[in-house]
Amino acid sequence: MYAFDFEKPTTVAEAVAALADDEAQPLSGGQTLIPTLKQRLAMPSKLVSLTGIAEMQGVCTNDAGQLCIGGATPHAVVAAEAASKYPALSALASNIGDPAVRNRGTIGGSVANNDPAACYPSAVLASGATVVTNNREIAADDYFQGLFSTALEEGEIITEVRFPVPQAANYQKFVQPASRFALVGVFVAKFADGVRVAVTGASNDGVFRWTEAEKALSANFSPDALNGLSVSADGMIGDLHGTPEYRAHLIAVMTKRAVAAAS
Amino acid sequence: MPKDSGIGAASKRREDVRFLTGAGNYTDDINVYGQAYVYFLRSDVAHGRINSIDTSAASEMPGVVRVFTGDDFEGVGGLPCGWQVTDRFGQPMQEPGHPVLARGKVRHVGDPIAAVVADTLQQARDAAEAIELDIEELPAVVDMKAALNEGAAKVHDELPSNLCYDWGFVEDNKAAVDEAIKNAAHVTTLELINNRLVANPMEPRVAVGDYNRANDESTLYTTSQNPHVIRLLMGAFVLGIPEHKLRVVAPDVGGGFGTKIFHYAEEAFVTFASRKLNRAVKWTASRSEAFMSDAHGRDHVTKIELALDADNNFTAIRTETYANMGAYLSTFAPSVPTWLHGTLMAGNYKTPLIYVNVKAVFTNTVPVDAYRGAGRPEATYQLERVVDKAARELGVDPIALRRQNFISEFPYATPVAVEYDTGNYFATMDKLEEIADLAGFDARRKESEAKGMLRGLGINCYIEACGIAPSNLVGQLGARAGLYDAATVRVNATGSISVMVGAHSHGQGHETAFPQVVADMLGIDESMIEIVHGDSSKIPFGMGTYGSRSLAVCGSAMVRATEKIIKKAKKIASHLLEASEGDIELKDGKFSVAGTDKSVAWGDVTLAAYVPHNYPLEDIEPGLEETAFYDPSNFTYPSGAYCCEVELDPETGKVTIERFAAADDFGNVVNPMIVEGQVHGGIGQGIGQALLENCVYDSEGQLLSASYMDYAMPRAEDVPFYVVDHSCATPCTHNPLGVKGCGEAGAIGSPPAVVNAVIDAIQSGGKNVLHIDMPLSPQRVWAAMQD
Ligand SMILES: Cc1cc2nc3c(=O)[nH]c(=O)nc-3n(C[C@H](O)[C@H](O)[C@H](O)COP(=O)(O)OP(=O)(O)OC[C@H]3O[C@@H](n4cnc5c(N)ncnc54)[C@H](O)[C@@H]3O)c2cc1C
Repeated sequence: MYAFDFEKPTTVAEAVAALADDEAQPLSGGQTLIPTLKQRLAMPSKLVSLTGIAEMQGVCTNDAGQLCIGGATPHAVVAAEAASKYPALSALASNIGDPAVRNRGTIGGSVANNDPAACYPSAVLASGATVVTNNREIAADDYFQGLFSTALEEGEIITEVRFPVPQAANYQKFVQPASRFALVGVFVAKFADGVRVAVTGASNDGVFRWTEAEKALSANFSPDALNGLSVSADGMIGDLHGTPEYRAHLIAVMTKRAVAAAS
Repeated sequence: MPKDSGIGAASKRREDVRFLTGAGNYTDDINVYGQAYVYFLRSDVAHGRINSIDTSAASEMPGVVRVFTGDDFEGVGGLPCGWQVTDRFGQPMQEPGHPVLARGKVRHVGDPIAAVVADTLQQARDAAEAIELDIEELPAVVDMKAALNEGAAKVHDELPSNLCYDWGFVEDNKAAVDEAIKNAAHVTTLELINNRLVANPMEPRVAVGDYNRANDESTLYTTSQNPHVIRLLMGAFVLGIPEHKLRVVAPDVGGGFGTKIFHYAEEAFVTFASRKLNRAVKWTASRSEAFMSDAHGRDHVTKIELALDADNNFTAIRTETYANMGAYLSTFAPSVPTWLHGTLMAGNYKTPLIYVNVKAVFTNTVPVDAYRGAGRPEATYQLERVVDKAARELGVDPIALRRQNFISEFPYATPVAVEYDTGNYFATMDKLEEIADLAGFDARRKESEAKGMLRGLGINCYIEACGIAPSNLVGQLGARAGLYDAATVRVNATGSISVMVGAHSHGQGHETAFPQVVADMLGIDESMIEIVHGDSSKIPFGMGTYGSRSLAVCGSAMVRATEKIIKKAKKIASHLLEASEGDIELKDGKFSVAGTDKSVAWGDVTLAAYVPHNYPLEDIEPGLEETAFYDPSNFTYPSGAYCCEVELDPETGKVTIERFAAADDFGNVVNPMIVEGQVHGGIGQGIGQALLENCVYDSEGQLLSASYMDYAMPRAEDVPFYVVDHSCATPCTHNPLGVKGCGEAGAIGSPPAVVNAVIDAIQSGGKNVLHIDMPLSPQRVWAAMQD
């Protein structure tokens, strides 16, 4: 890596101030950023650690019954603390990477990074969650804007992610054989007012909602409701591990399995 | 009865204490006072002409000691190739130069162009970014068949083409084989790819060069499987340093799998630079560098034809293989697709006529060389796949077809120039059927099907040639080195023993298994014996560890040296006991006079040897230290039968391995626990090759699988609990321990079992898929099932 300055503030306000410098960048669990730096693919002047900020840690439930997860909460904490309140989300977190990754990597880092193969974005989008930053609240539908691209402004920090808790939900992850990220991941969430289905790993545009499936499942929440539905291979990722056709096929299979597991 | 010490005991691996408690001493743990660090600037294009390299700005950067380029190696030798293959027409292979740093052209992504030596690694890296390169990119050749086309870009301009050699074996059989195939009742043909692999030892390569001006001696610390081979190749062929002024140390090494046999440019560089700079120079590979600079493995494209008569007896085999050499010839690369592959094409079967053709091809990719099994996995895979396919085409049971064609009498001379000394292929197959519970398979398949899954069973046999190798024979075949090994047994005055061995342990457990042999021969405790290895200044000239040779070859040298010790110790004992030498017996660490109760302890004799007050000085010298060199008279031929059971998810193509059984014949076994571990590891790597691992280049020669994000390694969850048996032992007839070697068997025997099982599962679902190339990734299996 190249040399950089390092700050570890204890409040969001201090972090925002520290990030005002040119080329300053937040550092959370470092599971994405540190490998990037080691390969000299980024050259920040300063890293601002978010892991010492108490108000960005932990899992709780707010008055509206939403599950609120601090932006710097590691996956392992979500896995443990969301287990009774939002089991599908806990299960997703407990299956990210390996123990070292889960103990360092954070929800804010994952959602800020918006890797097209990451797991969390599918849960955020399918749950209709709210991404809370130091200066606003962003609806999931407005937040994800394509590969590694989000609504976040320069220097903006995700302080919390708020999840409405569905009546039933499930995440099905089909792993890419090498990285064990999602080759295709489907998160299905059933709410009183309808079903949301979000797909990660598959599309050249990053995480997306499969609205056709949502409509069918909102009418009839059962795997059979998906019979005959398919996703077009156009716009799907093609790489060493899966052709666009294969990914499109897996979306249908994983969605069915998620519904079967949730119902 | 399992023993609790000596030969046959499952003694715990004593080296694991230091490995598991972080006390290992690996090459990267070695730091020489005042050392500098080198960073290699490597080519990011597969093929290009170097117009200029401007290092002036880089040389001025902070901390930079010196920047080297290929021009600094004027008058220095290139990296040598240790094996010369002679082609079908009696001509030597094409042998291009292999400079330490690229000169004139770069020939693969990762080819080192310049080396920056600086006070710190960060400074070296910073300075490397300031080197100005003018490299004119040239069209790259990646596909082997395309590389042989008229007009293809040439990897080496000075050679006539990209063909390294066109090898025929046995050339005199060719006409008869062609005839037999023409007249066969049935011919099964299979075209397949043996996928390119990256060895990925846990420890990346490291090299530290340390020059001592006081005595003009160079020391190279390096992650090597064979320090003396490196000393010979680098000292004699590259740098011209006489052996008495060059020491090579390979301390604890974290896995090799073949890729640490070879002499690499970085080793020569740090040794060269430390002499030029009068300062130690250290290099530690990053994992990214390992992917683009460690020799790769496999990468064969093969067509095999198996001819059968009307009674399903094998009558002939004909193969045509394209073997990728990569951009340069790595140390033993030419031998892998030829002598380590063609000679194994008979497998376990009495096929009377065999012809193997191999075209070795240069491409703009990382050099390819031996990887666990080296040539033998490629032979086994194609043979056991084609036999399975034949059984399916003929509608016969694949086990019965194999049994019908098994070699049953030993010694057996194959039509491909080797003689199997012992074996019992029926016994290992019987054992396999038992331990794999073949009788229960149908019930297990029904259970899988009830869950909507397919289940498949794959069987195969294997034979390998290890205990490498008789020197005079390999010399005739083109080896430029002998393949004996050596051991010195140094008995200390108080009776403890240091055994200096030429074999090198990089995970195999020699430090535990070798003392078991000596302890057994002398009747003393294993803990009194210590193995010394990995330092050319301490050990006799042995050839290192690969080809499952350590116990069979170096262990035999150790037995011979220990026999000399016993002979001399008996002389001393007879003097102390005032008895005739012929009456002295050695048992349980005691020398006694036959038929009497007179005895002296081991320690009394060893002390007498070093404090020779009461000692037959007129007859024998004081001291108790003996060396033996051992050159095997034949290869050893481990064999076995493997069974894999898979479950396949027809909706996704994902394969999981549910059961795996291995019945091996390794001859005698010194430590059954270590043997079992070697088999587990080998099968794990075989499963990796069959289901996961694949080194992929795009058509421009860019390495697509250049990190663990895209190169799929097997993990614990990908392998089942293995059932392993080695009770069917037919001891080797020509080495003193009767051992055959077990290091590579698992990697050789498992890929065909996995693929056969997957094909069986798909067939059971009603799809007529006959072959899928490895790795059988979910996408490939699913796609094959769609056609
Ligand atoms: C071996 C391995 C396996 C993995 N497997 C998976 C997997 O299976 N599924 C999966 O989903 N992920 C996986 N990951 C990624 C992991 O989940 C990371 O935690 C995640 O991608 C980034 O989180 P982080 O906290 O480490 O962020 P960092 O690496 O610290 O930061 C990532 C990026 O986000 C920015 N950032 C960080 N926090 C914030 C914030 N609060 N507000 C604004 N910007 C911020 C940083 O500046 C940086 O650009 C894996 C990672 C590794 C190393």
